[in-house]
Amino acid sequence: MGTKRHFRVWRGDSAGGDIQDFDVEVNDGEVVLDIIHRLQATQTPDLACRWNCKAGKCGSCSMEINGKPRLGCMTRMSTFEEDETVTITPLRTFPVIRDLVTDVSFNYDKARETPAFAPPPGVAPGDYRMQQIDVERSQEFRKCIECFLCQNTCHVVRDHEDNKAAFSGPRSFIRAAELDMHPLDDREDRKEYAQAHQGMGLCNITKCCTEVCPEHIKITDNAIIPMKERVVDRRYDPLVWLGRKIFRRDQLNGSDGESMAPSTSVGVTDVAKGAPYTTNRLPENPPVREDGRMDVTEVTLPNPGGPSPFGDQTFPLPPDKVSYQQPGPRHGSLGEDGNRSEDGHHQTH
Amino acid sequence: MSTARIERHHYDVVVIGAGGAGLRAAIEARLAGKRTAIISKSLFGKAHTVMAEGGAAAAMGNVNSRDNWMVHFRDTMRGGKFLNNFRMAELHAKEAPERIWELETYGALFDRTKDGKISQRNFGGHEYPRLAHVGDRTGLELIRTLQQKIVSLQQEDFAETGNYDARIRVFSETTITELLLDGNRVAGAFGYYRESGEFLLLEAPAVILATGGVGRSYKVTSNSWEYTGDGHALALRAGATLINMEFLQFHPTGMVWPPSVKGILVTESVRGDGGVLRNSEGKRFMFDYVPDVFRKQYADTEEEADRWYNDADNNRRPPELLPRDEVARAINSEVKAGRGTPAGGVYLDVSTRMPAETITRRLPSMYHQFKELADVDITKEPMEVGPTCHYVMGGVEVEPDSAAAMGSVEGLFAAGEVSGGMHGSNRLGGNSLSDLLVFGKRAGEHAAAYAESLPKRPKVDTSDVEAAVLTALAPLERQGGENPYTLQQDLQAVMGDLVGIIRRESELTDALKRLQELKARVAQVGAAGGRRYNPGWHLALDLRNMLIVSECTAKAALEREESRGGHTREDFPQMNPQWRLVNLVCSLDRSGDVHLERKSLPRMRDELIQLFERTELSKYLTEDELSQFDAIEGPKGDARIPGVRTDGQSKTEAK
Repeated sequence: MGTKRHFRVWRGDSAGGDIQDFDVEVNDGEVVLDIIHRLQATQTPDLACRWNCKAGKCGSCSMEINGKPRLGCMTRMSTFEEDETVTITPLRTFPVIRDLVTDVSFNYDKARETPAFAPPPGVAPGDYRMQQIDVERSQEFRKCIECFLCQNTCHVVRDHEDNKAAFSGPRSFIRAAELDMHPLDDREDRKEYAQAHQGMGLCNITKCCTEVCPEHIKITDNAIIPMKERVVDRRYDPLVWLGRKIFRRDQLNGSDGESMAPSTSVGVTDVAKGAPYTTNRLPENPPVREDGRMDVTEVTLPNPGGPSPFGDQTFPLPPDKVSYQQPGPRHGSLGEDGNRSEDGHHQTH
Repeated sequence: MSTARIERHHYDVVVIGAGGAGLRAAIEARLAGKRTAIISKSLFGKAHTVMAEGGAAAAMGNVNSRDNWMVHFRDTMRGGKFLNNFRMAELHAKEAPERIWELETYGALFDRTKDGKISQRNFGGHEYPRLAHVGDRTGLELIRTLQQKIVSLQQEDFAETGNYDARIRVFSETTITELLLDGNRVAGAFGYYRESGEFLLLEAPAVILATGGVGRSYKVTSNSWEYTGDGHALALRAGATLINMEFLQFHPTGMVWPPSVKGILVTESVRGDGGVLRNSEGKRFMFDYVPDVFRKQYADTEEEADRWYNDADNNRRPPELLPRDEVARAINSEVKAGRGTPAGGVYLDVSTRMPAETITRRLPSMYHQFKELADVDITKEPMEVGPTCHYVMGGVEVEPDSAAAMGSVEGLFAAGEVSGGMHGSNRLGGNSLSDLLVFGKRAGEHAAAYAESLPKRPKVDTSDVEAAVLTALAPLERQGGENPYTLQQDLQAVMGDLVGIIRRESELTDALKRLQELKARVAQVGAAGGRRYNPGWHLALDLRNMLIVSECTAKAALEREESRGGHTREDFPQMNPQWRLVNLVCSLDRSGDVHLERKSLPRMRDELIQLFERTELSKYLTEDELSQFDAIEGPKGDARIPGVRTDGQSKTEAK
């Protein structure tokens, strides 16, 4: 009943490998993971691939399908043209173990470095009281199925192995945000910690993580941006600000952490220095298609199906291409560049 | 074969399985000061527990203050048709609230009531709103919370020792193939890393099984690939016993189309809200399947059935809302008679029954499930559904208080789906997540105490390790052997067709014969390729476990000549009070064959059985038992439960 379709699947291990060609039967209603299972059952019994629930709930079958980070179980074959070749490759950001299986221990290591929930002292089990509206903010991030597609797609580490030590990635940021917004978490320094020790400053808010999230968590808008901007809020001090204009970062006392905040001045990594401001633009929701789902990438690729969802871009993007400007704190008379906003954290409401 | 390349570790407690029960057990063992290893067949945090949607049942009384453990206990016993181990049901009902509250101290965020407490929802068979929940992803919340608690314990150990893994270590993507004994005592566990194919040996005096269920032996299942009955089989081979293996929970309406989502549940509320079942001829066939005992309550014309949705008082219920087993049986018969859909199910249609906006308003999650997973718009076309294997009630026979496995082995514990007895012949929705927590904690606690109590550690015998290595490598030595995937499909066909939801003596006998044939073929299974992350090899090793567990199910199903809960015999359609007195206990004899034995159920304590009314008990108990019940003095039924209205208003019929 099915038709034969052409597939290209990367096979190999840490020593190297290549893309191999397969012709596989595809039936109506199947997803990419079904095809991999058929390959295992009929042609390549040892083809390595992770999977568990087959319902988009466990986040195991992360892979790159035609260069886009996707869940194999949530990518329907009907989304491809009848004669389209489907290329399946392992997640690029993590070291390959074998075939489509990569070593994702990076993510678990980072999770282990994130300070755990601190229970409120003196509150007995059973006495926790929270309002639904307050838990909902954290609940959004607890939807995370740990598929690590956001970690995989984040250009800070995707193409820069050397950033991995200092940068924990979007998955860790939403964990930090979740705890920060937890109504009863006893720690007060989640944001500062994320800036100082998780490398949140390296994030320049290109929203790639939000686009690939199969749970549609608004990682950038609801977690990273509020975290970044409230650090500015809390730490804002004209003298420090002035000092930052004058001294080099490493000459500043205790600058560890606050220097990572996005600011209206030189910025975190100087990347955005001189970037044109787009007025006080609010963060936008990611574009959704008619069916309510997001495209994997908003960058129109010159070569669809390339190895990276971002085409042949090199990251970080050149400063003049970065159009996003963080709304700044309200201090109209400070700064020569005229960036104002009414309120430092409006989009969190 | 040299044992030199086997990585060796020493632990006090080894927990096999990293789902809810396993993680909870590990937390407890670590809190008791024991060096603990967690074996996870997949990555950490991917366990099948994430699939649980409804919630965790615990009589906290947050939504209805009349709820308490006694009411919960009663509901659980009713759900299991009184075959449950009463002590487990009692402990479960008593301790579930504490276990849930404890999760909040680990950082869990349940949905809330208006006054800020944990919200609780209604669910089938529960008298009061009782399920703590987080939208429809309660299982994920549970796993994540426990996972993060383990990380926080590791952080404490890191602060103290400089090593995260000092007292609790997660071995992710690791499979245990054999338990090693010293005499009758557990001495360790042997297995392999999926990533590298290298072997490891964990020497430990106490092992906790928390491996989940057996659903992968069925063609249509809501279970993941890990559910191959590993813990059931490990327990059997170590000398433990399994009970209630004939009881499997099938849900009548799982998705059968498209193939990628085969088995995923379609909630009953689709039918409750007006969805109807039709066969390939377009006939609403359920009217032909109303059993005589239900005739009074169920409509016999479509007109009357349709009026019920808006006027339930003056009309009888549509037959689509018959009990689960009746609906499943009807679907089964239609498909077997050749009136099924191309995918082997029947049509469940809401699209012609109500306007699109009503569907999306009343069944939002189903609308999205079909839209996202199947690209089917249920407002425009019918769904294809059929029975799906969901949960195994049977499992390792345990001592209720300590979760220690019965049989000849010492130092083995079991918690969660892999253990048996708690749910009797049928599990209530929501009781699974609370079961994991209650008995996971108990298993961890008692395993730690047991390890502490041993005067000297049992020793692993080198020859056992060598044998385990040979068994594990055997499929790789037979590169030309039979394809494990074919074998799995054949096993699934036997179990699905012959030991499925509706069973007959002839089919069960046939199934046992075929399982013997499969056994011979599985002994010759081959795995192409090498040892590094080779799923074919992994499956070849799992097949052995699936077969042995399937044999237990088939044998017990043939033996039990009645229909009760998750076991339906077409040739014995009634529940028989004599059979309620009996548990079927499986063990393994020396030749490796399954041995079946009858064992009587423990008698419920007076103060527990007094919670029930005589009229209800008379459906389940024998005459002898009823006269014993009559002899007990004092009030009975609702009168014994504080806060319960005695006018019977709040009664709901448990199914």
